[in-house]
Amino acid sequence: MTEQIVPQAPAVGEITVESGASGFGGAESQAAAVGGITRQTQFGNIRRRFLRNKLALMGLVMITIVFLTAIFAPIIATHPPRAQDLTITLQSPSSEHWLGTDELGRDVFSRIVYGTRIAVSVGLASIFLALVIGVILGSISGYIGKVWDTLIMRVADVFFAFPLIIGAVVIILVVGRGVAPVILAIGLFSWATVARLLRSSILSIRESEYVEAARSLGAGKWRIVTRHVLPNSMAPVLVYAMVSVATAIVAQASLSYLGVGVPPDVPDWGNMIAAGQKFFGFKDYLWFFPSMAVVFTVLGFVFVGDGMRDALDPRLR
Amino acid sequence: MTDATTEPLLSIEDLRVHFHTDAGVVKAVDGISWAVMPGETLGIVGESGSGKSVSALAVMGLVPVPPARYESGRILFKGRDLIAADEKERRAIRGKEISMIFQDPLTALNPVFRVGHQIAEVIQAHDKKVGRIAARAKAVELLAEVGIPNPKQRAREYPHQFSGGMRQRAMIAMALALDPLVLLADEPTTALDVTVQAQIMDLLIRLQAERGTAIVLITHDLGLVAGHADRVLVMYAGKVAELGTIDDVYYRPRHPYTLGLLNSLARMDQRRTDRLKPIIGQPPSLIRVPPGCPFHPRCPFATDICPREMPALEPKDGPDHLAACHHSDQVALQQSPAAS
Amino acid sequence: MMLVLFGASIILFVSLFVVPGDPIATSQGEGRQLDPATRAALERRYNLDKPLPQQYVGYLGRLAQGDLGESYVYRRSVNTILKEKLGNTAKLAVVAIVLEIILGIMAGIIAAVFRYSFLDVLVTLSTTLAIGVPTLVIGLALQNVFAINLGWLPLQGQSQGVGRSIILPAVTLAAVETALVSRLMRGTMSEVMRADFIRTAYAKGLSKRVVILKHALRNSVIPVLTFLGISFGGLLGGALITETVFNWNGIGLALVGAIQSQDNPIVLGVVTYGVAIFVLVNLVVDVAYAFLDPRIRLE
Repeated sequence: MTEQIVPQAPAVGEITVESGASGFGGAESQAAAVGGITRQTQFGNIRRRFLRNKLALMGLVMITIVFLTAIFAPIIATHPPRAQDLTITLQSPSSEHWLGTDELGRDVFSRIVYGTRIAVSVGLASIFLALVIGVILGSISGYIGKVWDTLIMRVADVFFAFPLIIGAVVIILVVGRGVAPVILAIGLFSWATVARLLRSSILSIRESEYVEAARSLGAGKWRIVTRHVLPNSMAPVLVYAMVSVATAIVAQASLSYLGVGVPPDVPDWGNMIAAGQKFFGFKDYLWFFPSMAVVFTVLGFVFVGDGMRDALDPRLR
Repeated sequence: MTDATTEPLLSIEDLRVHFHTDAGVVKAVDGISWAVMPGETLGIVGESGSGKSVSALAVMGLVPVPPARYESGRILFKGRDLIAADEKERRAIRGKEISMIFQDPLTALNPVFRVGHQIAEVIQAHDKKVGRIAARAKAVELLAEVGIPNPKQRAREYPHQFSGGMRQRAMIAMALALDPLVLLADEPTTALDVTVQAQIMDLLIRLQAERGTAIVLITHDLGLVAGHADRVLVMYAGKVAELGTIDDVYYRPRHPYTLGLLNSLARMDQRRTDRLKPIIGQPPSLIRVPPGCPFHPRCPFATDICPREMPALEPKDGPDHLAACHHSDQVALQQSPAAS
Repeated sequence: MMLVLFGASIILFVSLFVVPGDPIATSQGEGRQLDPATRAALERRYNLDKPLPQQYVGYLGRLAQGDLGESYVYRRSVNTILKEKLGNTAKLAVVAIVLEIILGIMAGIIAAVFRYSFLDVLVTLSTTLAIGVPTLVIGLALQNVFAINLGWLPLQGQSQGVGRSIILPAVTLAAVETALVSRLMRGTMSEVMRADFIRTAYAKGLSKRVVILKHALRNSVIPVLTFLGISFGGLLGGALITETVFNWNGIGLALVGAIQSQDNPIVLGVVTYGVAIFVLVNLVVDVAYAFLDPRIRLE
C-alpha cells in the first residue's frame, strides 16, 4: 500500500484563516485574512492560551488545593473526623478547634477536610461513569447512526426527562444510601448530555470535507473515527465534563442535604450543612464553612472549564 | 472617458488603515488613492488578502475601529471628508448615497426576517415619513426590477427560500433602493455559479445605465473587470500597483505584477500542452510587508533599488495611466498577452 | 414523547417497588406491631399482594385515568394531596422563570454589546459565581442575610403573605439559571453580532440600537429559548432544594417528605408530575421554536 497521506484534520482550535474570507468575523480574523496568515494552532497553542487566562489558572490552583487536601487529609486534619465528644459540643472556632465543633462534638475543620474526599471521589467517579457511557453510546449514535441512533437517543430522552436531583433521588431509593449509589445516580443522569453533545459533534464533523478526503484516500472506518472524528469532537465534551464535575459535586452535596446521600456520620459537606441548618442564626459557622468548601471546589472546576472552553474556541476572544 | 475637469464623486487619498492585532500590525491598506467619476465603473483587482475589500469597507465606515486604526488619509465624498464626519452623518450616507453589496448573499441576509421586509427597512430607515405599506410596495417593485419573478409572493418569503442568484438580486435591490450615487460591490459574483455570474453582472450594468450609478467592482477576477469596468486599479499588498483605463492596463501594462497576472491567465488559444505561467512565490503577509516595493521578492525585473525605495505612483504612459514601479520601461518592452 | 413518559414510568415503577423495605410497616410508624389481618387488609388495599407485573398494569390503568393512587401515609388520594401543593410550586416556578428571562436576557445583551468593558466583566464574574455557588448555599445565604440579619423578609413558609414570602425562594431558585441564561445570551449575541447580515444591516444605514435590538436579538433568543425549556426540568429539581430550605409547601417538599417515610405513591406521583410537565414544556418550546425560526417552519 502506498503511503497514505491522510490529510491531517485541523486540530481543535486551528485557525486556518482562508485569505479572502469576506465574513465580518472578528476584526482579528479579518485582519488575518487580509494578511494571508495561516496559524496552525495545535495543542501547544491551546495550552498557552489557557494558561494566559488568569481565571483558569486560579481554577487550576484551586482544584489542586482540593485534590491535595483530599489526598493528604489524614495529615491536614487536626482531629479524627468521626470522633465524638459530647462534652465539647457546639463550640465556636478556637485555637483547638479551628472551625469549631458540631452538635456531637466533632471537629468541624477535620470533617471539612475529609469531606474533600467524598466530594472529589464522587465528582470524578460519577462524571467518569457518565463519560464512559456517554462517549460509547454517543459515538455509536453519531457515527453508525440509523437504528442505533434513534434507539440511543430515545433512551437518552427518557433520562433527560428527569432532572438530575430527582432522578438521583429515585435511584438512591432503590439502591440505598452510600457513596456508590450516589456515584451511580449522578452518572446515570449525566451521560445523556455527554452522548448528545458527542453525537452532534460527530455528526457535523463526519460530513466535513477532510473526513471525506480521508475516506477517499482509502482510510478505513476505524482509522477515521479514532484519528479524525473523535479528537475533534471531544473538545466540547471535555469542556462539559469539567463543568459537570462541578455540577456533580453540587448534586452530591444537595443529595446529602436532603438526606438521601451518604450516611449521616460520614464527613460530607451536604450532611454538615443539613445538620447545621438547625442552628441557623446562632451557630452559623456550622453550615457556613461546609458551604464555602463546596463553593470553593465548584468554582475551581467552573473556572477551569471556562478556561478550557475559551482556549479551545478562539473565536470567542 | 475620463474627463479631467469632472470632479470625482468619491475619492480616497493616501488612505492607510492598519489593524493592531496580537500577532502584529496588519497593514491592510497602506497608501491607497483612487477616485470614481459619476456613472463610471472602477474595478479594483487584487489577490485574496491584498486589502481590496478593506478600502471599500473604510468608505462605508464598516471597519471595526478598535483593532483597526485610520492612520492617515482622507475619504472625500461630495467634498466632505468621511473619516472626519460623525457617525450620524455616515449613517445617513450608508444605504442611501453609497451602498455596498457583499460576497455571500446567503449569510448577508438576515435569516429570520422576510426578504421584502429587509428591503423595506432600508427605505424606512432613511425616510421616516414613508409608511410600512408604501415601503413594502416599493420593495416589491424593486424585486421586479431586479428580475425576480412573482415579486409580491417572493417578498413574503425568507432568504433561505431563494436561490443563490435570486438572493444576490435581492441584495442588489436592497442596495439600490434609494438610488445611491455609488455602489460598492465586493466580490458580488464569486459565490455564484458561472452562468448566474453573467446574469448578475448584466443586471448591474443595466441598472447602472438606467440610474447612472457609479460602481466600484472589487474582485480577483481579471476577466470580470475587463468585461465590465471602465478603469481598473491593481492592488498588491495593501498598495496600488497600477491604475488606468482597461485598455491602458490590459494592453500596455506597466507594472510587473500586472504583467504577471495577465500572463498567468489560462487562455482559450493556448496549446493544451503549454504550461501555465504563475507568478513565483506567495503574496506577502500584511504584517511583514517586504521593504521598499512589496513585490520585489517575486519580481523578474527587480534590481537593487527595489528593496530600498518604494516607487512612487506616477504616470507612465499618459497622464491617466499610473504605475508604481522603478522599471516600468522594462515592463513596457514586454508584450502584453492581451495584445496578441 | 409518549414513549418518554412510558419509559420513565417503567423505570420509576420498577425502581420503587423493588425497593427493599416495608412500606406498610413504615407508614404505620416504626415499632408498631401489625397483626396479620390488618396487614393483609392493607396489602390488599394497596395491591401489594399481587405479583409485580400485575401491579404495574394496574398502575398504568389507573394512571390513564389520572389516578395516581393513594398515599400510604396520609391515606388520601395522591392527586388531591399533590394538587394543593402544585399551586405553590407553580407560583415559585413562574416568578423564577420571569426573573430568569428578564434579568438573564438583559444581562446577556449588555455583556455582549459592551464586550470586555467593566459591565461585561461584572456580568461575567457574577454569573460565574452564581453557577459555582449551589442553589443550596444561595438559599441559605439569602436566608441568613435577608431574613435573620436584616429581618426584611420572612424566613420560611408563606406566613407573611405570598408577595413577600416568595421573593427569597424565587430568587434562590432562579439564581443559577439566570446566570446560565445570561451567559448563553452573551455568547450567542457575540457570535451573532459577527455575522455577515449584521454588517449588511449597518451598511443599510440602520442605527446601532436597531441593529442590536432587532437584527441581532431576534437571532440570539432562539437558542436561549430552547435552553429555558430544557432548564425548566432543572427548575423542578432545584425546587426540591429551595422548597426544603425555605419550607415552602410545594410538591418538592412533599417529595422529600415522602422519601423519608417511604410513601411510594407520593414519590411516584411527584416524579410523574415532574416528567409530564417537562414533556409538556418541551412541546411548547418546540412549537415556539418553529414560530421564531422560519427555517424550521418549512420542514
